[in-house]
Amino acid sequence: MSETNIDIVKQGLEKRYGAEKRFRIYGVCAIAASLIFLAFLFISIGTNAYTAFQQTFIRLSVYFDPEILGDTTNKESLASANFPAVVKQSLLKMFPEVQSRSEKKQLTSLISSGASYYVRDMFIENPALVGETVQVWLPADDDVDMLIKGHVERGVEEGERRLNNNQLGWIEKLEKDGNIEKRFNKIFFTTGDSREPELAGIFGAVSGSFFTMIVTLLFSFPIGVAAAIYLEEFAKKNRWTDIIEVNINNLAAVPSIVFGLLGLAVFLNFFGMPRSAPLVGGLVMTLMTLPVIIIASRAALKSVPPSIREAALGVGASQMQMVFHHVLPLALPGMLTGAIIGMARALGETAPLLMIGMVAFIVDVPSGFTDPATALPVQIFLWADSPERGFLEKTSAAIMVLLTFLIAMNALAVILRKKFEKRW
Amino acid sequence: MIIEKERAELENKREFISKKEPLVSRENRKTVGHPIVENPRMTCRNVNVYYGDKHAIHDVTLDIGRNEVIAMIGPSGCGKSTFLRCLNRMNDTIDFCRITGAISLDGKNIYDKDVDVVPLRAQVGMVFQKPNPFPKSIYDNVAYGPKIHGLVQNRVETDEIVETSLKKAGLWEEVKDRLNQPGTSLSGGQQQRLCIARTIAVGPEVILMDEPCSALDPIATARIEDLIDELKENFSIAIVTHSMQQASRVSQRTAYFHLGDLIEVGSTDQVFLNPLHQLTEDYVTGRFG
Repeated sequence: MSETNIDIVKQGLEKRYGAEKRFRIYGVCAIAASLIFLAFLFISIGTNAYTAFQQTFIRLSVYFDPEILGDTTNKESLASANFPAVVKQSLLKMFPEVQSRSEKKQLTSLISSGASYYVRDMFIENPALVGETVQVWLPADDDVDMLIKGHVERGVEEGERRLNNNQLGWIEKLEKDGNIEKRFNKIFFTTGDSREPELAGIFGAVSGSFFTMIVTLLFSFPIGVAAAIYLEEFAKKNRWTDIIEVNINNLAAVPSIVFGLLGLAVFLNFFGMPRSAPLVGGLVMTLMTLPVIIIASRAALKSVPPSIREAALGVGASQMQMVFHHVLPLALPGMLTGAIIGMARALGETAPLLMIGMVAFIVDVPSGFTDPATALPVQIFLWADSPERGFLEKTSAAIMVLLTFLIAMNALAVILRKKFEKRW
Repeated sequence: MIIEKERAELENKREFISKKEPLVSRENRKTVGHPIVENPRMTCRNVNVYYGDKHAIHDVTLDIGRNEVIAMIGPSGCGKSTFLRCLNRMNDTIDFCRITGAISLDGKNIYDKDVDVVPLRAQVGMVFQKPNPFPKSIYDNVAYGPKIHGLVQNRVETDEIVETSLKKAGLWEEVKDRLNQPGTSLSGGQQQRLCIARTIAVGPEVILMDEPCSALDPIATARIEDLIDELKENFSIAIVTHSMQQASRVSQRTAYFHLGDLIEVGSTDQVFLNPLHQLTEDYVTGRFG
């Protein structure tokens, strides 16, 4: 008797299961590869970045010399008083053997040029310190910082180091006396940009990004959702809406620098808005994010089952009531997800900001929407471009801060979706 | 006893009619029977429906009487659901759908320019094939219609209308202790009765039902059928159904549709027992369909 059907089926089974098994292996390999790359990214950034969260400080006995400071009752003259001299004097006092002018200069360069600001702020807060001696931890220069953190070898030839043998000797003495140590780098999280790596902080860029994102959210979400609702629920389906739809889809794929050019032409040149301002950055990001939000919102609206619409219309709800009472609540999680993902993309965007002047070197932390500001990814770009060794770890640390924000935003998207998702 | 008596009467009628005249041939697509009644609630005259180029409904003339249940039967794709959806302008939502002819509710053409669909749909409610409660609480499902139409002013009135509607829909006893639970947590049959309660809460004159039992089991179906029987005391009901047994159980009149034509309209007994048209007979005797 010839083969029965079941025999043929059984013969083919091995092949079928084999195919399935191979496909599973491919899948596991793909996931493993992407996980490895991801781990590699995080490890390489993390190992570069973690030292940036600490900073080398030198302990000085600062003597607020009335002779140097002059009139300490007048606040205005106090702001321009010679605090650098106070710091230098305190440092020189620790090394009485240093006498020559060039050696003095070498010694005082161990302490950050910004240290005097901290001393000044301390004094302005408490003017009673005049004539007193206070123990203060002040930031060391970035060259010292790099040495203490081990990024620079002590053993290499003197000519190939940024610190000479004298300076190394002083540092060793400071170390021996416990007057130099690594502490948590508060400066990094509380200040704006600086030319000195030890004084540069991320807070200015974070604030700039924050204000930019606020503007983006305020404009792009309402406009995007309203446009999506109108197109999806109210507009007649005709050639015009087709053209609009095609254009929106195209806009979503337009390179972001083009939006920067548009922002330059429209917001800066035509409307005369301030340069480098988060307001303009936010508006440009709004233009860039709008198509993403519109597309996501329309998809969310489309996914609401027609039975809900019919139910609402069937009891006599108007079109508007149907949309706002029934369709929108069901579509909102999808819309929020789209908006947050669009915002996350905007948060990581540099190119459009180039065009509207948000790449400037800005030291002050912006306090409003029209203050000059920069954004996190721009800050990363600026630091990566700087020659000082100290900016290397700052770059990685800033990337970590940016990634943290991105992960937080995406997690928020997932949480919101889970929270508002209704099942039926 | 009564049933037997009725059956005997029907047997007599059938013999009487079947002896009389030959059936209308399959080729003749003119409506036979009695599409027009005295003192109707809704009248449809020469209604044509087009989906783009497709002519879905051909020249249908049909009345819906007061306090009657009219069943619309026919094979799939015959246009009975499409026709039903014309009666409260649900087809308005489909852009490429075009309707000609006149459909009147209490003498007023509902397709006139000055007619607003919102009050129309309050007068002509609809129950759909698949139970579609809102993803809200049972209470809110029923209260939604009266609220948007401003039929209730305060919580007391709303409570009252929710209770009476649920009672009329035969659901009150089952859900009175859990009105705040989502409507979607109910069983399929309960959901469909909730949808009926939601529809009658607005106080319509006509209720359209588009295969309301097709997603339900026989027990839930029986409950809905009993409910339809009670509801006809207060409402006119047009029901589309695939089940001929259901049509014969709940309706007083039956309309048979075939490929967009209204073939035959008559009393339910007559249509099922003594169809006048060959196509109707083919369908009700199960020769095709």
